[in-house]
Amino acid sequence: MSESLSALLYLVASICFIMALRGLSSPETARAGNVYGIAGMAIAILTTLSTPQVVSYWLIIVGVIIGGAIGTYISQRIHMTALPQLVAAFHSLVGLSAVCVAAAAFADPQAYGIGIKGAIYAESLVEMAIGLTIGAITFTGAVVAFAKLQGLVSGRPLVFPGQHILNAGIAIVIVLVILAFVASEAATAFWLLTALALAFGFLLIVPIGGADMPVVISMLNSYSGWAACGIGFTLSNSLLIITGGLVGSSGAILSYIMCKGMNRSIVNVILGGFGGESEAAGAGAGAGHGDRMVKSGSAEDAAFILKNAGSVIVVPGYGMAVAQAQHALREMADILKKDGVNVRYAIHPVAGRMPGHMNVLLAEANVPYDEVLELDEINRDFPSTDVAFVIGANDVTNPAAKTDRSSPIYGMPILDVERAKTVLFVKRSMASGYAGVENELFYRDNTMMLFGDAKKMCEEIVKALE
Amino acid sequence: MANPSALASRAGELAGNAQILANRLRDLAQTLTVTAPPSAHAAPPFVFELTVFVLAVFVGYYVVWRVTPALHSPLMSVTNAISSVIVVGALIAAGPRGISFAKIMGFVAVTLAAVNIFGGFIVTQRMLQMFQRKK
Repeated sequence: MSESLSALLYLVASICFIMALRGLSSPETARAGNVYGIAGMAIAILTTLSTPQVVSYWLIIVGVIIGGAIGTYISQRIHMTALPQLVAAFHSLVGLSAVCVAAAAFADPQAYGIGIKGAIYAESLVEMAIGLTIGAITFTGAVVAFAKLQGLVSGRPLVFPGQHILNAGIAIVIVLVILAFVASEAATAFWLLTALALAFGFLLIVPIGGADMPVVISMLNSYSGWAACGIGFTLSNSLLIITGGLVGSSGAILSYIMCKGMNRSIVNVILGGFGGESEAAGAGAGAGHGDRMVKSGSAEDAAFILKNAGSVIVVPGYGMAVAQAQHALREMADILKKDGVNVRYAIHPVAGRMPGHMNVLLAEANVPYDEVLELDEINRDFPSTDVAFVIGANDVTNPAAKTDRSSPIYGMPILDVERAKTVLFVKRSMASGYAGVENELFYRDNTMMLFGDAKKMCEEIVKALE
Repeated sequence: MANPSALASRAGELAGNAQILANRLRDLAQTLTVTAPPSAHAAPPFVFELTVFVLAVFVGYYVVWRVTPALHSPLMSVTNAISSVIVVGALIAAGPRGISFAKIMGFVAVTLAAVNIFGGFIVTQRMLQMFQRKK
C-alpha cells in the first residue's frame, strides 16, 4: 500500500473517531457513534498491517487473540458498580503500551524512519522522551487509582512530610534526564527516565483521596491521550496525533467539570490530602452535637410519606452504588409512579466515583434517561417538590456550602434538597461525608433519617408500599 | 611457501572482508534513503505535525463540550478505547521478521492495546444499550 493511500485511510479513521465522540451528544446517536469508533479502529489496524514494514503476522495474531480474549471476557463480566476501577485499569494499559512502543522505537529506529541506532534525530528523541514519560506516569498513576478504587489499598490520601518537595525534585530531575537523553541517546538515560517517570506517576496519585477519584480518572484519561500524542509525534503519525489530541482534550474537559462540581482548583486536587481527617473530624463534630435531636423513622413511615406525596426527587450518591441499591430503588419508584407520584432523579456532577457513574447505574436498573436530570436542570424544582429522597449522598446536599464561609465545601454547587417540603435521608449512620463536614440538614424539623443499608431500606419501603 | 591451504584461508578472509564491506554499503544506502525524505520536504515535518495537533485539540474541545453529562462514563470508556490506536505503533514494531527486543516490545504493546480495544468498545456498547427512553 502506498504511503499516500495509508495516510488517507488514517484520515478516514480519524474522522470516524471524531464521529464517535460526536455521537455521544445524545443517547439516541450514541450507539451509532460507538460503531463509528469500532470502524475507525478497524481501518487503522488494517491499514497498518498492509504497510510494507509489517511482514510477519504470527506474533501480532497471537497478541490480538490473547489481548482480545482478556478484554472481551473482562468487559462482559464487569459489574457497572466497578466501572471506575475498570476504566482506571484500562488507562494503565494505554500508558504501558506507550512505554513499550517508545522502547521499540528506541531499539529499532529504522523501522519507524526516525534515523538509525546511535543517530536518531534529536527532534524524534525529544518527542520519544515526552511520550515515554507521560506513558509511564499514566501507567503507575492509573495502577494506584485502580488499587484505591478496588479497595486493594486504603482510599485515604497518603501524605508525608516533604512530599511536594520530593515530587518537585523528581520533576526537575526528569527534565534534566530528558535533556541528557536527547544529547547522548544513551540507553541508560532512557531506562533511568522510565524509572523516574514510573515513580513520579505513583507519587502523584498516592496523596489523592478516594473521593477525588472522579478528577483523577479524568486526568489519567487526559494523560493517556497526551501519551498517544507524544508517540504520534515520535513516529510522525497524524492518526495518533489527532486521536491523542481528541482524547487529551476530552479528559481535560472532564477534569475541569469535576473540579467545578466541587468548587476546587485542579492544583488543589493534585496536591492532595483532601478528606484525610474525615474520620477524626466526623468524630469530633459528632461529640459536639451529641445533644441535638435527630428525627429518625422506619421504612413504614417513609412509605407513608412517599405515598402521600405528589412529587418526589431522588438524589442518589456513591452510597447507593456501594449498596447496589439501584434496582430496589427503581422498584420503589415504579410503585410510586403507578400511584400517580411524579418521580425524578437529580444527579450531582461529582456523584459516584467517575463522571456520569450514577447515570449508568440508574440506566442499568432500567430507569428511563429522561427522568434523570442534571443539577442545573432540576435545582429550581425542589421548592415545589413534596419529598426529596436522598440515598447514599451527603455533602452534595449540605447547605453549609452556601452559608458557611469556613466550611471546606464552601462554594460547591449543591442540590437544594432543603427546599423540599420533606427530606428523607437514607444513611447507614450519622457519620459525615468525605469532606468531614457535619450536615446541618440532619437536624431540621422537616428531615427524617432512615438509618440502614440503602438496598435493604428500599426493599422494606417497597414491602410497606405494597 | 605458497601452499594451497594458506592461500585458501587467505581467500576465505578476503571473502569475509568483502562481505563486511558489502554490509556496510547496504547500511549506508539505507541511512541515505532514511535521511533523504525529510530534507526533500519544504516545511519542517514538526511544524506540520504541530498544526495537526492543535487543530485536533480544538476539534476535541468543541465536540466534547457537546457531550451530554449523562453520557460522561461512556465518553470516558470510548476515549479510552480509541486512545489504544497506539497499537498502530506497536504493529510496526511487531511486524518485521526474526526476533528482536523491539519486536518483543511490539508484541507486548499489541497485546495490551488489544485488551483495551476489545474491552473499551464492548463495555461502552454495554453501557449505551442500557440508556432507554420512557416507554
